[in-house]
Amino acid sequence: MPSDIASFIGVLRSDSRADCRRTLLPLQTEGLTLVSAGKRLVDSIDLTLASDKLTAVLGPTGAGKSLLLRLLHGLISPTAGTVLWGGAPLNDAVRRRQAMVFQKPVLLRRSVAANVDFVLRPKGTAARERRDALLADVGLLERARQPARLLSGGEQQRLALARALAVEPEVFFLDEPTASLDPASVLMIEEIVAKVRRRGTKVVLVTHDQAQARRMAEEVVFLHRGRLLEHSPAERFFSAPQSDAAEAYLAGRIVL
Amino acid sequence: MQDFGGAFHLALQLVASGNADLLEIVGLSLRVSLAAMAFSCVIGLPLGAVLAVSRFPGRGAALVALNALMGLPPVVVGLIVYLNFSRAGPLGWLGLLYTPTAMIVAQTILITPIIAALSRQLLEDLHGEYAEQFRSLCLPKQRVIGALLWDGRYSLLTVALAGFGRAVAEVGAVIIVGGNIDHLTRVMTTAIALETSKGDLALALALGFILLVIALAINALVMTLRLTAQRYAYA
Repeated sequence: MPSDIASFIGVLRSDSRADCRRTLLPLQTEGLTLVSAGKRLVDSIDLTLASDKLTAVLGPTGAGKSLLLRLLHGLISPTAGTVLWGGAPLNDAVRRRQAMVFQKPVLLRRSVAANVDFVLRPKGTAARERRDALLADVGLLERARQPARLLSGGEQQRLALARALAVEPEVFFLDEPTASLDPASVLMIEEIVAKVRRRGTKVVLVTHDQAQARRMAEEVVFLHRGRLLEHSPAERFFSAPQSDAAEAYLAGRIVL
Repeated sequence: MQDFGGAFHLALQLVASGNADLLEIVGLSLRVSLAAMAFSCVIGLPLGAVLAVSRFPGRGAALVALNALMGLPPVVVGLIVYLNFSRAGPLGWLGLLYTPTAMIVAQTILITPIIAALSRQLLEDLHGEYAEQFRSLCLPKQRVIGALLWDGRYSLLTVALAGFGRAVAEVGAVIIVGGNIDHLTRVMTTAIALETSKGDLALALALGFILLVIALAINALVMTLRLTAQRYAYA
């Protein structure tokens, strides 16, 4: 019967997506190193992210957090070491199942709707409906026809989130998405990210905001001077950090 | 030889009366230069975009060559086109010498490097802004190029204008390949040169005024478009 077939196809699709997610994780890095001008900006990082928990990458300025994110997403190539997603090397096929939002949203010189349309392909009624749904999710549907670059900082970042989510990522990288935003915008973005996380998307969040990390993180990766010092459940990291550097960082003392 | 005041007065009369010869010359000038600009944009903009986003061995040399071609002497371009289109030349069988088509070809050769080089610089800056986002989205190169050309469209208008300005004010190439034939290939610049040499300053001045007005009008139009685009953050 048609409804049975539809539900069967639905099950197949959801199984297929689950398979994809299973095959993308775990993320494993081995000896991941980035050297620039003789300086080891990312230094021999061995990291395994196996679960779809929300991972916060913390560390003082210059710790290599954003670079690590770019290395994991393949935006830059490591000097040495490997990045494996589900045992497979990072390539375009893997990267298409991921999305990244940057600290400073990169918006096209087009309308709000056109920025999302840019990612949604092929075009058509279904794409328009999906675009409207994405914009509604981030509270920008009413501003769909306005120029994207005239939005406020928080709105621009929400649009960047909507556009990134249009690719239906299985892994979502966020590089300080709430830096320099007002508290209301921060809250809205955190709610959107939490909703994404609840849908089973793996979220890797770089943040300077310890309070935000405490609110959102389920596990923490702590970097210092390009090295991975801690990788532990968030609760344990915040209550009993294992390294002096992490303790000093949490206490608000400058660690460089 | 007319005195300047008299020539000025006659020139204004010619413009005001809508003199048929004058309008024909202006019309042909615009047709030739706009066509050359259009062809140059079709060739030069994608070429500039490809150079902006591509990295390949010898790219630096290619950019140096392209920038150098911006200063192509019009008479040299005219000579090359002449040699190709003359009866003994490889394209002589086309019979295009001393036609507006030959003039369009010459001007296209002249301004394509300008449009390609300027758009390359502009689009490379834009690409610098978008590159990480595009890489994150795994966009194929043709989509990157399309997006850059679309998002840079208002700035590229200025580039096209620079090409048009060069074409419409150019005399060396069109006089060689067009021959400055009355009612056939006579354009504003060649007519100004001819009338000045004959001492008929009125027509030369009238054409000069129109040339200036056209340049000003197109500049004003593009400036208005750009300011509007900037107001809406599209440029």
